[in-house]
Amino acid sequence: MTTATPRRFGFGARLSRWDLKLSPYLYISPFFLLFLVVGLFPIAYTAVISFMDWDQVRGKGTWIGFDQYAYVLGQPKFWIALRNTFSIFLLSSVPQMVFAVFLAALLDQNLRAKTFWRMGVLLPYVVAPVAVALIFSNLFGDRYGLVNTALQGIGLEPIPWHTNAFASHIAIATMVNFRWTGYNTLILLAAMQAIPRDYYEAATVDGAGRFRQFFAITLPSLRPTLIFVVITSTIGGLQIFDEPRMYDQYGTGGSNSQWLTISLYLYNIGWGEWNFGRAAALAWLLFLIVLVIGAINMLITRALVRTDGDQR
Amino acid sequence: MTTATRTTARDRSTTTAPTSPASPRTRRVRGTRPGWFVYGCLGLVLAGSVFPFYWSFLIGSGDAYTLRDPHMSWIPGGNFIANALTVVNDPALNFWKALWNSVFTSALIALSVVFFSTLAGWAFAKLRFRGRGWLLAFVVGTMAVPTQLGVVPLYVLFNELGWTGKTGAIIVPALVSAFGVFWMTQYLQQAVPDELIEAARMDGASSFRTFWTIGLPAARPAASMLGLFTFVSAWNNFFWPFIVLDRQDPTLPVALSLLQSNHFVDYSIVLAGVLLSTIPLLILFAGAGKQLVSGIMQGAVKG
Repeated sequence: MTTATPRRFGFGARLSRWDLKLSPYLYISPFFLLFLVVGLFPIAYTAVISFMDWDQVRGKGTWIGFDQYAYVLGQPKFWIALRNTFSIFLLSSVPQMVFAVFLAALLDQNLRAKTFWRMGVLLPYVVAPVAVALIFSNLFGDRYGLVNTALQGIGLEPIPWHTNAFASHIAIATMVNFRWTGYNTLILLAAMQAIPRDYYEAATVDGAGRFRQFFAITLPSLRPTLIFVVITSTIGGLQIFDEPRMYDQYGTGGSNSQWLTISLYLYNIGWGEWNFGRAAALAWLLFLIVLVIGAINMLITRALVRTDGDQR
Repeated sequence: MTTATRTTARDRSTTTAPTSPASPRTRRVRGTRPGWFVYGCLGLVLAGSVFPFYWSFLIGSGDAYTLRDPHMSWIPGGNFIANALTVVNDPALNFWKALWNSVFTSALIALSVVFFSTLAGWAFAKLRFRGRGWLLAFVVGTMAVPTQLGVVPLYVLFNELGWTGKTGAIIVPALVSAFGVFWMTQYLQQAVPDELIEAARMDGASSFRTFWTIGLPAARPAASMLGLFTFVSAWNNFFWPFIVLDRQDPTLPVALSLLQSNHFVDYSIVLAGVLLSTIPLLILFAGAGKQLVSGIMQGAVKG
């Protein structure tokens, strides 16, 4: 694919040379122009606002340096929100990964009605998180919820799903798991199917059992995909908003901030207290946390799932 | 449990797994099907996927007391339509407006993302220009930025423009997508042979005509997948619409969030509303679920 050598000289040829040179930039420009306005500018401006005491009425702010960061970091609520975010994130991503790998291994077989089963696990993914949250906040109702009714039915004490912090994290993590497990399963399944079958045949000849094969062949081959899935679920998990917001009718994260998350805190500061400077500072803190945790996650996943030899 | 795993282990040793459309390296070998343990597990998972919807229908088809009834029946009551009508006619909710807004904004966003992504993907995949490599890397890099990082100034900006409360405020920021550009670039790279483009150029076709007659038709499978994904995630989006939209002019998720904010929460109404708002996407899933599945299997990214 080289630039066409002009056969005729003149206006038409010059035009077509310009066409060839400029068109690519023209084609990619919608993305970059819009990203400039609704992506890059806001990010930079968030940094500016975060150093200000922003007045929403006048649409201006006064420069106060790192005071907003100091204020946010000095709030006990921030640390509670951070704890909650991590707790919910771990409770949702760890079981989800384990379960998704297991489910993918089940689906990675010579099944009848393959598409049916795959669609079955994906079904929750299409439902809005808000809808999922409303359904599950009902299931996890403290007094009349199905889960507590079932617990009492088998002679156990009902669990205070809304007053106990850890219990509320489990309930919220369940919503996340419900919606995302099938999605991750299918990504992992795709990676599993790309593993050459000869490896398994060779391993069988060598006398390796199913479990040995799973840990020696399947898991190591899944490493790049696992890293990808873990990273994306980290980015999503640390930003969690919809589920905790809809977990009770007030949407403030519980009376004692039991399930207040960073995103929910950001919303409450920004659009509850109308303090955009603090909300912006919190947004930057969240971004830094996402970056750090993303990097740590990648290292952990790499270390845990080693490639033995060159399986990929 | 142990016998079951042994069964599947034996199955595995004589069977090779199914083919994947994405990978030519795997091949199907006719062999034994997996045992009941696998189907049993999958059946349980499927039941888990469906149960919350059934539960919603159970409560949503009853009345305000159904939830508190200790002897609640597992057979749905007859009030679903009445409850759904309550939701639809609730003046605080603007259900029809919300439904229209959701359909309209999601469709527009999906169309726009597909078109601009295909255009940019075509340039990145098939045209040579200076800075191509790092521009593409930049596009991919933008995917890691959390939405929260931009919401405050974006709100200030739209407030300045007088767009807060209008659906334009949720459409405009979503008109292009980094994931879409990346997705189409990947696809077009292998879908169109370079010779075809050269031939078109020899025939004197302009750059845009080449894109229109060769690129666009070739992009169709990937484009329809991208459209589906964009539609679903635009439909389900909550954080930004919740911030920027008026409660009188919401999208469905924003309207749903109002269902619970009444001082008295009647869950039969809430869950009837939840199901009602979920029906359009369930229909879409019934029609296009197969495509969604294969889209994810090709490595979609969370959106």
